[in-house]
Amino acid sequence: MSDHEYVPKSKFGKWFNDRLPLLTLSNHLTDYPTPKNLNYWWTFGGILTFCLITQIVTGLTLAMHYIAHADLAFESVEHIMRDVNYGWLIRYIHSNGASMFFLAVYIHIFRSLFYGSYKSPREMIWIIGIIIYLLMMAAAFMGYVLPWGQMSFWGATVITNLFSAIPFIGEGIVQWLWGGYSVDNPTLTRFFTLHYLIPFLILGLVVLHIWALHVPGNNNPIGIDIQKPSKDTVPFHPYIVIKDGFALLMFMIVFAFFVFYSPNILGHADNYIEANPMVTPPHIVPEWYLLPFYAILRSIPDKLMGVIAMLSAILILAALPWLDTSKIRSAVFRPLYKQFYWILVLDVIILGYVGAMPAEGLYLLVARVATAYYFIHFLIILPILGFKEKTMPIPLSITEPVLQDLSTIKKESLN
Amino acid sequence: MSEKKTERREFLFTATYAVGAVGVAAVVWPMVDQMNPDASVKALASTEVDVSSVEPGKAITVLWRGKPVFIKRRTPEEIAEARAVKMDDLPDPQKDEDRAKDPEWLVMLGVCTHLGCVPLNDKGDYNGWFCPCHGSHYDTSGRIRKGPAPTNMEIPKYEFVNSNIIKIG
Repeated sequence: MSDHEYVPKSKFGKWFNDRLPLLTLSNHLTDYPTPKNLNYWWTFGGILTFCLITQIVTGLTLAMHYIAHADLAFESVEHIMRDVNYGWLIRYIHSNGASMFFLAVYIHIFRSLFYGSYKSPREMIWIIGIIIYLLMMAAAFMGYVLPWGQMSFWGATVITNLFSAIPFIGEGIVQWLWGGYSVDNPTLTRFFTLHYLIPFLILGLVVLHIWALHVPGNNNPIGIDIQKPSKDTVPFHPYIVIKDGFALLMFMIVFAFFVFYSPNILGHADNYIEANPMVTPPHIVPEWYLLPFYAILRSIPDKLMGVIAMLSAILILAALPWLDTSKIRSAVFRPLYKQFYWILVLDVIILGYVGAMPAEGLYLLVARVATAYYFIHFLIILPILGFKEKTMPIPLSITEPVLQDLSTIKKESLN
Repeated sequence: MSEKKTERREFLFTATYAVGAVGVAAVVWPMVDQMNPDASVKALASTEVDVSSVEPGKAITVLWRGKPVFIKRRTPEEIAEARAVKMDDLPDPQKDEDRAKDPEWLVMLGVCTHLGCVPLNDKGDYNGWFCPCHGSHYDTSGRIRKGPAPTNMEIPKYEFVNSNIIKIG
């Protein structure tokens, strides 16, 4: 954090800033010292902010045309697609935007896992991030219900029924969530309300996430503590702004590809059939970003235990700063952790794949092994690894290895 | 004297917190309860169904409280199969006699007890129903035999108004 006292140049600026220190804040944000070795994996924070704003803006405009009623919702979405000016564009940005949001958040989370960004003193940033992730899943799930197609209806039925696994009070909770004896109009209207609310909660948490980040400052690819400001840092503006901006442009190309060339590839055709409480589609699958957790749910043959395992798979992440006992942050200096990290990535991808497949035969077996490994990674491997692993020596500063290289070059050239 | 004063103050604090908590609860409860099934939803509690056109071996599905209800007119073979099952083979033991008042007619909620999907008729390993969502198999009495569902499909409250009409609810 920049410690120098900021004084606005203009007289009005000074008058204003003395009463509401917005200019001090903006000065802090522009001067904010950032490690100079941040790579492109660090640009996803900015990309995620863009995703959130995109979802809020397109969501607000869609809400001007959408009707939250069981009899009219499906039609109003078709009305948006066919009649509303650029309605198709706004809806496709919103629906694919959810997928892009999750793509970015998974990269962001796995970046943190690789470089140990969740470790002390950044536990609060990490925990707020997990809460944001949970809210994102809730918002995405409820948003998916709003078009009132077959997948909307049956997805809502299956997910709300997860609560019926709770002993004794489960049934009561489910009926309370539904506002009836099945998913119906009361369910739709409350989901719409909450779907509208959650993005603003996320926005508030993002402010806290960034605030908590600006206390210790960014982690960096070699994961060492650095002096701020120093030779190891650059000011956020213009260095990081321009780098984030470039990465965002690249990201928007991918985004635009989905929106304009394959807007429905990540969805399910069944959701273009209006909700029918009498018929369940033959193959229910959630959106791709929830598949790993869905695979964990299905891999356990007991209803209550399946639900507990699925929730634990997410909540275990919040305990990660304490489960990982290694003091070294970056996987760059942890040769064993680096391998286990990539096995975990593979494990999650496998879980996602089997989550999309029918829960039988070989798929079920693979799902069970992958589920077991997921928990083994966090509960057994990580705690032990911190004590057993022989880590590599870490440099004292970001510039040190570079200067060493330079000095060897100098020596060589002298010889 | 000062001790007495402290006691009085503590009492006042506790009393204030207690009254405050009751006040908050009184305001929060309506906010929570408004989400429960409302009067208009509860009013749709019963449905009458004419089953005179259902052939033996066939099933119809009707909507009751937003949920499908299966009304199956079972064949003698299906009844025999359901009654021959040993209780030890059932994850949720229940006699067929207790599930179908009139053995020919099986009336039950067509909702899988796992996560609420609608099972498919005449499918699965036990000639009854099969849930496509997560693979639960039910027998000709709608009892769970294999898969993740914990209990048998539920039997709603119903009665025969006359030989052709069933009143559900």
